[in-house]
Amino acid sequence: MTTNYNISSYCHIKNHQVSLNGSVVFSEEHSSFSEFIKAAYKAQETKYPKFFKMDYLSKLAFLAADILLKNQSLDSEKENNIALVFSNKASSLDTDILHQKAIQHKDNYYPSPAVFVYTLPNICLGEISIKYKLYSENSFFIFERFSADHLFTYSTNLLDTNKAESVLCGWVELEGENYEAFLYMVSKEGAIEHNKQNIITLYNT
Amino acid sequence: MEDLKQELKENIIEQLNLEDMSVEDIADDDMLFGDGLALDSIDALELIVMLDKNYGIKLTDPKEGRAIFESINTMAAYITEHRSK
Repeated sequence: MTTNYNISSYCHIKNHQVSLNGSVVFSEEHSSFSEFIKAAYKAQETKYPKFFKMDYLSKLAFLAADILLKNQSLDSEKENNIALVFSNKASSLDTDILHQKAIQHKDNYYPSPAVFVYTLPNICLGEISIKYKLYSENSFFIFERFSADHLFTYSTNLLDTNKAESVLCGWVELEGENYEAFLYMVSKEGAIEHNKQNIITLYNT
Repeated sequence: MEDLKQELKENIIEQLNLEDMSVEDIADDDMLFGDGLALDSIDALELIVMLDKNYGIKLTDPKEGRAIFESINTMAAYITEHRSK
Protein backbone atom coordinates (compact mmCIF):
# COMPACT_ATOMS: atom_id res chain seq x y z
CA MET A 1 0.00 0.00 0.00
CA THR A 2 1.39 3.39 -0.98
CA THR A 3 1.30 6.17 1.60
CA ASN A 4 0.37 9.62 0.43
CA TYR A 5 2.55 12.48 1.53
CA ASN A 6 2.00 16.19 1.51
CA ILE A 7 3.91 19.42 1.17
CA SER A 8 3.39 21.41 4.33
CA SER A 9 5.34 24.57 3.45
CA TYR A 10 7.70 25.98 0.86
CA CYS A 11 10.13 28.86 0.55
CA HIS A 12 11.58 30.80 -2.38
CA ILE A 13 14.57 33.12 -2.35
CA LYS A 14 15.13 34.78 -5.73
CA ASN A 15 14.96 38.14 -7.50
CA HIS A 16 15.72 40.09 -4.31
CA GLN A 17 12.75 38.51 -2.53
CA VAL A 18 12.13 35.92 0.17
CA SER A 19 8.72 34.29 0.16
CA LEU A 20 7.10 31.72 2.40
CA ASN A 21 4.16 29.70 1.10
CA GLY A 22 3.74 32.15 -1.76
CA SER A 23 3.73 35.32 0.36
CA VAL A 24 6.63 37.74 0.23
CA VAL A 25 8.19 38.05 3.70
CA PHE A 26 11.21 40.15 2.75
CA SER A 27 12.40 42.09 -0.25
CA GLU A 28 15.21 44.50 -0.99
CA GLU A 29 15.60 45.74 -4.52
CA HIS A 30 18.82 47.08 -6.02
CA SER A 31 21.11 45.12 -3.72
CA SER A 32 23.97 42.76 -4.45
CA PHE A 33 23.51 39.17 -3.29
CA SER A 34 25.87 39.84 -0.40
CA GLU A 35 23.84 42.83 0.78
CA PHE A 36 20.52 41.14 0.13
CA ILE A 37 21.21 37.91 2.00
CA LYS A 38 22.64 39.78 4.99
CA ALA A 39 19.59 42.06 5.17
CA ALA A 40 17.25 39.06 4.78
CA TYR A 41 19.07 37.22 7.58
CA LYS A 42 18.76 40.23 9.89
CA ALA A 43 15.09 40.64 9.04
CA GLN A 44 14.46 37.01 10.04
CA GLU A 45 16.06 37.68 13.44
CA THR A 46 17.96 34.41 13.36
CA LYS A 47 20.67 34.89 15.95
CA TYR A 48 23.42 32.66 14.58
CA PRO A 49 26.84 34.41 14.26
CA LYS A 50 28.26 31.49 12.26
CA PHE A 51 26.02 32.61 9.39
CA PHE A 52 28.52 35.37 8.57
CA LYS A 53 31.32 32.84 8.15
CA MET A 54 29.45 30.76 5.57
CA ASP A 55 30.03 30.98 1.83
CA TYR A 56 27.25 32.39 -0.35
CA LEU A 57 25.73 29.03 -1.30
CA SER A 58 25.52 28.01 2.35
CA LYS A 59 24.01 31.36 3.30
CA LEU A 60 21.35 30.94 0.64
CA ALA A 61 20.54 27.33 1.61
CA PHE A 62 20.76 28.03 5.34
CA LEU A 63 18.38 30.99 5.24
CA ALA A 64 15.77 29.19 3.11
CA ALA A 65 15.94 26.12 5.38
CA ASP A 66 15.84 28.24 8.51
CA ILE A 67 12.70 30.03 7.39
CA LEU A 68 10.96 26.66 6.95
CA LEU A 69 12.39 24.86 9.98
CA LYS A 70 11.78 27.64 12.49
CA ASN A 71 8.06 27.28 11.75
CA GLN A 72 8.04 23.52 12.35
CA SER A 73 7.73 23.74 16.16
CA LEU A 74 10.75 21.46 16.55
CA ASP A 75 11.69 20.15 19.98
CA SER A 76 15.31 21.28 20.47
CA GLU A 77 15.83 18.57 23.12
CA LYS A 78 14.79 15.81 20.75
CA GLU A 79 16.49 14.39 17.68
CA ASN A 80 14.60 15.60 14.61
CA ASN A 81 14.44 12.99 11.87
CA ILE A 82 14.25 15.41 8.96
CA ALA A 83 16.18 14.31 5.88
CA LEU A 84 17.79 16.92 3.64
CA VAL A 85 17.73 16.39 -0.14
CA PHE A 86 19.14 19.36 -2.03
CA SER A 87 20.19 19.89 -5.61
CA ASN A 88 21.61 22.49 -7.96
CA LYS A 89 23.52 22.95 -11.21
CA ALA A 90 26.62 24.97 -10.31
CA SER A 91 27.69 22.81 -7.35
CA SER A 92 30.09 24.93 -5.23
CA LEU A 93 31.57 26.69 -8.29
CA ASP A 94 31.16 30.18 -6.81
CA THR A 95 33.44 29.30 -3.90
CA ASP A 96 35.69 27.09 -6.02
CA ILE A 97 36.51 30.18 -8.12
CA LEU A 98 37.35 32.18 -4.99
CA HIS A 99 39.70 29.43 -3.86
CA GLN A 100 41.28 29.19 -7.31
CA LYS A 101 42.02 32.94 -7.27
CA ALA A 102 43.82 32.55 -3.93
CA ILE A 103 46.16 29.89 -5.35
CA GLN A 104 46.53 31.27 -8.88
CA HIS A 105 49.98 32.80 -8.46
CA LYS A 106 52.98 31.06 -6.93
CA ASP A 107 54.32 34.31 -5.48
CA ASN A 108 50.98 35.18 -3.88
CA TYR A 109 49.84 31.73 -2.78
CA TYR A 110 47.64 32.12 0.29
CA PRO A 111 44.70 29.69 0.20
CA SER A 112 42.12 30.60 2.80
CA PRO A 113 41.07 27.67 5.03
CA ALA A 114 37.73 29.39 5.64
CA VAL A 115 37.07 29.47 1.88
CA PHE A 116 38.47 26.02 1.16
CA VAL A 117 36.14 24.25 3.60
CA TYR A 118 33.19 25.36 1.45
CA THR A 119 34.50 23.92 -1.82
CA LEU A 120 31.88 21.18 -1.73
CA PRO A 121 28.16 21.88 -2.19
CA ASN A 122 26.99 19.52 0.55
CA ILE A 123 28.70 21.62 3.24
CA CYS A 124 25.53 23.72 3.33
CA LEU A 125 23.66 20.62 4.50
CA GLY A 126 26.09 20.35 7.40
CA GLU A 127 25.48 23.96 8.39
CA ILE A 128 21.72 23.34 8.54
CA SER A 129 22.20 20.05 10.38
CA ILE A 130 24.42 21.68 13.02
CA LYS A 131 21.94 24.46 13.69
CA TYR A 132 18.94 22.14 13.95
CA LYS A 133 20.71 19.11 15.44
CA LEU A 134 19.81 16.87 12.50
CA TYR A 135 21.57 13.49 12.42
CA SER A 136 19.41 12.37 9.53
CA GLU A 137 19.95 11.34 5.92
CA ASN A 138 21.27 14.05 3.65
CA SER A 139 22.17 14.21 -0.02
CA PHE A 140 23.16 16.89 -2.48
CA PHE A 141 22.65 16.19 -6.19
CA ILE A 142 24.02 18.07 -9.18
CA PHE A 143 21.64 18.32 -12.15
CA GLU A 144 21.54 20.25 -15.38
CA ARG A 145 18.22 21.73 -14.27
CA PHE A 146 15.61 21.49 -11.51
CA SER A 147 14.35 17.90 -11.38
CA ALA A 148 10.97 17.47 -9.72
CA ASP A 149 11.04 13.85 -10.85
CA HIS A 150 14.20 13.01 -8.92
CA LEU A 151 13.27 14.99 -5.81
CA PHE A 152 9.85 13.35 -5.70
CA THR A 153 11.18 9.82 -6.12
CA TYR A 154 14.05 10.22 -3.68
CA SER A 155 12.08 11.90 -0.89
CA THR A 156 9.16 9.48 -1.26
CA ASN A 157 11.58 6.59 -0.94
CA LEU A 158 13.12 8.03 2.23
CA LEU A 159 9.66 8.35 3.78
CA ASP A 160 8.39 4.96 2.54
CA THR A 161 11.41 3.18 3.99
CA ASN A 162 11.18 5.06 7.31
CA LYS A 163 14.59 6.63 6.81
CA ALA A 164 13.00 9.95 7.71
CA GLU A 165 9.79 11.32 9.22
CA SER A 166 9.90 14.33 6.93
CA VAL A 167 12.10 15.61 4.13
CA LEU A 168 13.32 19.12 3.48
CA CYS A 169 14.19 19.20 -0.18
CA GLY A 170 14.62 21.38 -3.23
CA TRP A 171 16.99 23.47 -5.29
CA VAL A 172 19.68 25.94 -4.15
CA GLU A 173 21.56 27.46 -7.06
CA LEU A 174 24.13 30.21 -6.84
CA GLU A 175 26.68 31.52 -9.31
CA GLY A 176 27.85 35.09 -8.94
CA GLU A 177 24.83 37.37 -8.70
CA ASN A 178 22.49 34.67 -10.02
CA TYR A 179 20.78 32.89 -7.16
CA GLU A 180 17.66 30.88 -6.57
CA ALA A 181 16.49 28.78 -3.65
CA PHE A 182 13.31 26.72 -3.61
CA LEU A 183 12.91 24.43 -0.62
CA TYR A 184 9.84 22.57 0.61
CA MET A 185 8.88 20.24 3.46
CA VAL A 186 7.37 16.83 2.73
CA SER A 187 5.68 14.66 5.36
CA LYS A 188 2.30 13.17 6.20
CA GLU A 189 1.18 16.65 7.27
CA GLY A 190 0.24 19.51 4.99
CA ALA A 191 -2.42 20.65 2.57
CA ILE A 192 -0.69 20.25 -0.79
CA GLU A 193 -0.46 16.73 -2.19
CA HIS A 194 3.12 15.65 -2.79
CA ASN A 195 3.30 14.86 -6.49
CA LYS A 196 5.51 15.87 -9.41
CA GLN A 197 3.02 18.30 -10.90
CA ASN A 198 2.57 20.18 -7.63
CA ILE A 199 6.33 20.37 -7.10
CA ILE A 200 6.74 21.90 -10.57
CA THR A 201 3.85 24.29 -9.97
CA LEU A 202 5.29 25.49 -6.66
CA TYR A 203 8.77 25.78 -8.16
CA ASN A 204 7.42 28.04 -10.88
CA THR A 205 5.39 30.17 -8.47
CA MET B 1 52.80 48.42 19.28
CA GLU B 2 49.42 50.14 19.80
CA ASP B 3 49.08 50.66 16.04
CA LEU B 4 49.81 46.98 15.47
CA LYS B 5 47.15 45.94 18.01
CA GLN B 6 44.60 48.16 16.29
CA GLU B 7 45.58 46.69 12.91
CA LEU B 8 45.27 43.14 14.27
CA LYS B 9 41.79 43.79 15.63
CA GLU B 10 40.66 45.27 12.30
CA ASN B 11 42.15 42.36 10.34
CA ILE B 12 40.68 39.73 12.65
CA ILE B 13 37.20 41.24 12.36
CA GLU B 14 37.48 41.42 8.58
CA GLN B 15 39.26 38.13 7.88
CA LEU B 16 37.21 36.06 10.30
CA ASN B 17 33.90 37.72 9.39
CA LEU B 18 33.08 38.75 12.94
CA GLU B 19 30.18 40.73 11.57
CA ASP B 20 28.64 41.86 14.84
CA MET B 21 31.93 42.98 16.44
CA SER B 22 33.83 46.23 16.36
CA VAL B 23 37.41 47.05 17.31
CA GLU B 24 36.13 48.52 20.60
CA ASP B 25 34.60 45.14 21.52
CA ILE B 26 38.01 43.43 21.62
CA ALA B 27 40.20 44.17 24.64
CA ASP B 28 43.94 43.66 24.29
CA ASP B 29 43.91 40.84 26.84
CA ASP B 30 40.64 39.14 25.77
CA MET B 31 41.00 35.40 25.15
CA LEU B 32 40.65 34.89 21.38
CA PHE B 33 39.54 31.28 21.78
CA GLY B 34 37.34 29.64 24.41
CA ASP B 35 35.36 32.06 26.55
CA GLY B 36 36.59 35.21 24.82
CA LEU B 37 35.86 35.73 21.13
CA ALA B 38 35.00 32.02 20.78
CA LEU B 39 37.03 31.57 17.61
CA ASP B 40 37.10 28.04 16.17
CA SER B 41 39.69 25.75 14.57
CA ILE B 42 39.16 27.18 11.06
CA ASP B 43 39.71 30.66 12.52
CA ALA B 44 43.00 29.41 13.97
CA LEU B 45 44.10 28.31 10.49
CA GLU B 46 43.08 31.71 9.09
CA LEU B 47 45.24 33.42 11.73
CA ILE B 48 48.21 31.27 10.71
CA VAL B 49 47.68 32.33 7.07
CA MET B 50 47.34 35.97 8.20
CA LEU B 51 50.70 35.84 10.01
CA ASP B 52 52.35 34.49 6.86
CA LYS B 53 50.63 36.81 4.38
CA ASN B 54 50.80 40.08 6.34
CA TYR B 55 53.93 39.69 8.43
CA GLY B 56 56.02 37.01 6.72
CA ILE B 57 55.88 34.68 9.72
CA LYS B 58 55.58 30.96 9.00
CA LEU B 59 54.44 28.83 11.94
CA THR B 60 55.83 25.35 11.47
CA ASP B 61 54.72 23.95 14.81
CA PRO B 62 50.92 24.26 15.28
CA LYS B 63 51.43 23.93 19.04
CA GLU B 64 53.13 27.33 18.96
CA GLY B 65 49.84 28.88 17.91
CA ARG B 66 48.18 28.12 21.23
CA ALA B 67 50.38 30.62 23.08
CA ILE B 68 50.74 33.12 20.23
CA PHE B 69 47.00 33.38 19.59
CA GLU B 70 46.01 33.66 23.23
CA SER B 71 45.17 37.37 22.95
CA ILE B 72 45.86 40.51 20.93
CA ASN B 73 48.70 41.26 23.38
CA THR B 74 50.45 37.94 22.76
CA MET B 75 49.96 38.16 18.99
CA ALA B 76 51.34 41.69 18.81
CA ALA B 77 54.38 40.77 20.93
CA TYR B 78 55.17 37.72 18.78
CA ILE B 79 54.73 39.62 15.50
CA THR B 80 56.92 42.50 16.68
CA GLU B 81 59.71 40.06 17.49
CA HIS B 82 59.49 37.81 14.45
CA ARG B 83 58.07 39.80 11.52
CA SER B 84 59.98 39.92 8.23
CA LYS B 85 57.62 42.34 6.49
